[in-house]
Amino acid sequence: MRVAIASGKGGTGKTTLAVNLATKAAETKSTVLVDLDVEEPNGALFIGGTPIAEHNAKRAIPNWDNVQCTLCGKCTSWCKFNALLKLGEMILVMPNLCHSCFACSELCPVDALPMQDESLGRISHFRKDKLDFVESRLDIGLEQASPLIGQTLSYIDSHLPGRELQILDSPPGTACAMVSAVKNADYVILISEPTPFGLHDLRLAVETIRQLKIPFGVVINRDGIGNDDIYQYLADEEIKLIAKIPHLRRIAELYSQGAMLYQEVPQFDAALTKILNTILESL
Amino acid sequence: MKEIVIISGKGGTGKSSICAALADLLQEDLVVADCDVDAADLHLILSPQASSSEDFYSGLIASIDPDKCINCGICKTACRFDAIELINDQHIVSGLDCEGCGYCYHVCPQEAISLEEQKVGQFMISETRFGCDLVHAHLGIGADNSGKLVAKVKSIAKDHGKKLNKNLLLVDGSPGIGCPVISSLSGADYVIYVTEASLSGLSDLQRVHELVAKFQVPGACIVNKADINPTVADKIHRFLTREKILHVGDIPYSEDFPKAISMGRTLIEENSEWWTPVFTKIWQAIKEKI
Repeated sequence: MRVAIASGKGGTGKTTLAVNLATKAAETKSTVLVDLDVEEPNGALFIGGTPIAEHNAKRAIPNWDNVQCTLCGKCTSWCKFNALLKLGEMILVMPNLCHSCFACSELCPVDALPMQDESLGRISHFRKDKLDFVESRLDIGLEQASPLIGQTLSYIDSHLPGRELQILDSPPGTACAMVSAVKNADYVILISEPTPFGLHDLRLAVETIRQLKIPFGVVINRDGIGNDDIYQYLADEEIKLIAKIPHLRRIAELYSQGAMLYQEVPQFDAALTKILNTILESL
Repeated sequence: MKEIVIISGKGGTGKSSICAALADLLQEDLVVADCDVDAADLHLILSPQASSSEDFYSGLIASIDPDKCINCGICKTACRFDAIELINDQHIVSGLDCEGCGYCYHVCPQEAISLEEQKVGQFMISETRFGCDLVHAHLGIGADNSGKLVAKVKSIAKDHGKKLNKNLLLVDGSPGIGCPVISSLSGADYVIYVTEASLSGLSDLQRVHELVAKFQVPGACIVNKADINPTVADKIHRFLTREKILHVGDIPYSEDFPKAISMGRTLIEENSEWWTPVFTKIWQAIKEKI
């Protein structure tokens, strides 16, 4: 079963929930935790673990062959991302704009734009006790997170098949990276906080998950701050409120050290048990 | 007009609250642009009035005419994004997966595929109670053009600011280091990093700074929740010194952040006695550098 933890707003507790949930679940089930926040992955700060494998993720970019090229310029009109420019007697490739669609390369009448692999990021696999942990890091300066997210999920399918539980720590937002991370999940946990920012961004995340037609429930973190509007919203929309995590300075302190929470904070452990039960019931 | 971008790497460190407080402090001197287009929240504090809004179109999306399609499947083979599915003997484009590259359009032997401009969001210019205008946007679900929308919001805000003779464009950026962040950094004169004293805050600051360094934009840093973990705060201070980032202030963990957000107020409106001197000092230090 694949469970994605997501949120519209950043900093609402996705990673905190993901690392604790996965560690606790691994006590009784074969579990893999996947950090898909490839722009800013933090799961490793909490999990550590022994390195098992590393894999360099690649993306394909056209490479101009000036000998073959007849400078017909068709490729520049095919490319919808303006990644190819004809400048005088040369074709300039702008890797950062390329989406690796292969159109220019495969449509070129003289094969003058063969695709060539370039670095995209790194997928690392660790093991901590019974938990498998996989994280991906996007190379700094690259714009598109989605291809690396897709490759990471393929890595899980081929290298860690048959795990009872996959927990995906998704990137924030509701744009393409978040959608790539959650779209094939069996269940989504949205985590937010009871402030107008939290509510506003939760609404966007709910709209997204509804459009994807994936069952979901909501966890409210830092319960006690802000106001009750978010609870009213959940009731009005008949959205399942899975658990509330209380607002405690102790949680913020433990988080800041990269420490696990559930063994230290009983209220957090109680919320975690509810969340785990909800996931298993949704099967 | 100088352009200052507020970023953090990590989400939830207080970027928007700090951006709103600076807007409150500087009042008429500036234009504010909310470039966290995925989760634009600044309007919830600045409560803008009299919005003018416009749809934003960017990128293409393919669609297949079922009357012309002969189900040869050539398009499905060509597509690298698995965006074409065969459902009930009919080839259909999945809107969320289509990147609008047009490869399918070119290879279809029946000319059954068309490409349409996609509405990916909306942008607005609004007045705020602080005398500064806010340019903000709303991105559609799962859209992959957030970088372009950020560029659009920034260019509208720049033109608007120049027209009104403003000295400053203050940009509230997105979390992460990907396309919206890269887009918000292009053309920036100065960066304000907002981090927090946690290991995640430090790690994310390091990655986003590595990105900023590629653009060679100078910057200053505010460390939020600095008293939550003094050891990590210290590590952050050392990182700032080493990287020649101006350290303009530590902010203690404060319930004023959620309180102010919940009341739709800036931190300065929430508790002026405490926050006005804090942000005045921060702004004085930054002002000397730009």
